[in-house]
Amino acid sequence: MSDTGDGWQRLHPLSPIVRGGRLTIGLVIVLAPIAFGRRLSDAYPQFGLAAVAVALGFVSWLVTRWRIDGDDLRIETGLLRRRSLRFPLSQVQAIDIVQPGLARMFRVAELRLRMGGSTGATARLAYLPEREVVPLRARLLLLARRDAAAPVDAPPPDERVLARVRSGQLAASILTSDVGLYAELILLALALGVVFAPRATAGIVGGGFVWIITSITVVWRRFNQEYGLTVSEDHEGLHLRGGLIALTTETIRPGRVQAVRLVEPLLWRPLGWCRLEVDLAGRQRSKGEGEAQRGRLRALLPVGSRAVAEGLLDVLVPDRPRHLDPPPRRARWKTPLRYRKLAWARTETCVAARSGRLRRVTSWVPLEKVQSLRRVQGPIQRRFTLATVHVDTAGRGVHASLRDRDSVEAEQALAQLTDLARTARRAA
Amino acid sequence: MTIVAAGLLALAMAITIPAALVLGVVLERFSTRRFRSWAYAERGDDLLVRRGVMFSRLSVIPYGRMQYIDVTAGPLERAFGLATVKMHTAAAASDARIPGLELAEAERLRDRLAQLGEAQAAGL
Repeated sequence: MSDTGDGWQRLHPLSPIVRGGRLTIGLVIVLAPIAFGRRLSDAYPQFGLAAVAVALGFVSWLVTRWRIDGDDLRIETGLLRRRSLRFPLSQVQAIDIVQPGLARMFRVAELRLRMGGSTGATARLAYLPEREVVPLRARLLLLARRDAAAPVDAPPPDERVLARVRSGQLAASILTSDVGLYAELILLALALGVVFAPRATAGIVGGGFVWIITSITVVWRRFNQEYGLTVSEDHEGLHLRGGLIALTTETIRPGRVQAVRLVEPLLWRPLGWCRLEVDLAGRQRSKGEGEAQRGRLRALLPVGSRAVAEGLLDVLVPDRPRHLDPPPRRARWKTPLRYRKLAWARTETCVAARSGRLRRVTSWVPLEKVQSLRRVQGPIQRRFTLATVHVDTAGRGVHASLRDRDSVEAEQALAQLTDLARTARRAA
Repeated sequence: MTIVAAGLLALAMAITIPAALVLGVVLERFSTRRFRSWAYAERGDDLLVRRGVMFSRLSVIPYGRMQYIDVTAGPLERAFGLATVKMHTAAAASDARIPGLELAEAERLRDRLAQLGEAQAAGL
């Protein structure tokens, strides 16, 4: 870290290269032929391009600086449009460490401070030398906690590992998941095509090239992101660590969880496997985040046994209903495919609902996180005197819906859940 | 020729006019029922909005969860001095829209909801 005097500090000099990410790799590929003895005069455009990129990167590094100023983290950046950002450390929700593949190569890492408040902004320090990241994180956390009532003295080493994904199981699970099966189908079709009709296949490969690349990328990304994912618990909350090439360390405070869901795909059920995902509020969709994380739920347990998932659920939603009630038998005529999976139950603080056609999806929503409630009755439901109650949360992906309950029961559930949600909200 | 044309015209009218009348009555019934289905109630801690004939919906939106409130009036609504009030929560799914309010009532409702929302605001 280069100190510029007066407390301001610069990021690691290699930051622009790592930040460039794919662009850097592309640049290297463009420039590579020149190194292998093509004539220089042919390569002026490439050189120009590279020079501009390098210059831009250098300038962006030069004008970016940061410092800890009392209780604030200040970041100044931008040459033409100067931006001075001030992040009050007392509002820090969590500090994550992110390390993409290139960053690991250059031994640097990114600190990402997720702020509370309605905006849920993210302060990024990309990139810092690897060895300085952990001490700096601890220092920032200490400053962050000084305002709060929590004790300042060193936190006890009470970390407890709750779940760790096994690589073999992860690979098998991805190959039998929806995206995996899709990719396999495409590759199988192509392989068969190559054997039986080589000429036609050449055209198909040319046309479907994008598909092939996309499906492989999706599968790879999932594996890369969820490889070796470890969940541990301590006084701060849940810590997620993992990744094959890009390493991330993420902290989830239990209070941030809007909803939890357990997914059991058809093919996994005989094996007793399941996937546990959480929906978090204020998850930024900033460009810094991997695309795979965008708009998706965060998998706490990419694949694992029911017992491990229950252990995690005990931490996330301790007071949850154990036995879910199925809907009345006549609901079978309305939803023959879903009927066997439908169920719901509630406790004083949590509502659970199960649904799904091929896969079984169970969702838990803490009642203090309920945004609004809806009772809907369609024409077919009216014939069978059924109704559905939707529990809306701020998250994006989890739907807790009490589908096809008896109308009277739905009406009661709506009233009860409204009251319980109000009580829970007041208590929170 | 003219007699044939007049006959055809009369026939056409004999079909279209009753058809239009029947259609009008049916549409009127539909829109009346649709109109009647809209209702809202301000309760102590939440707002109830009911709507729909085929799909009847009842939404409960706690005041504390409201993030912001829109009052919009399209050209047709403006012509009749009406407005639509829409409540937004952090959940994209919660739909709470009250159309066809008198402008004064819409503004009163907006101010009242904003006031209640502020008083009971809860974090995420």
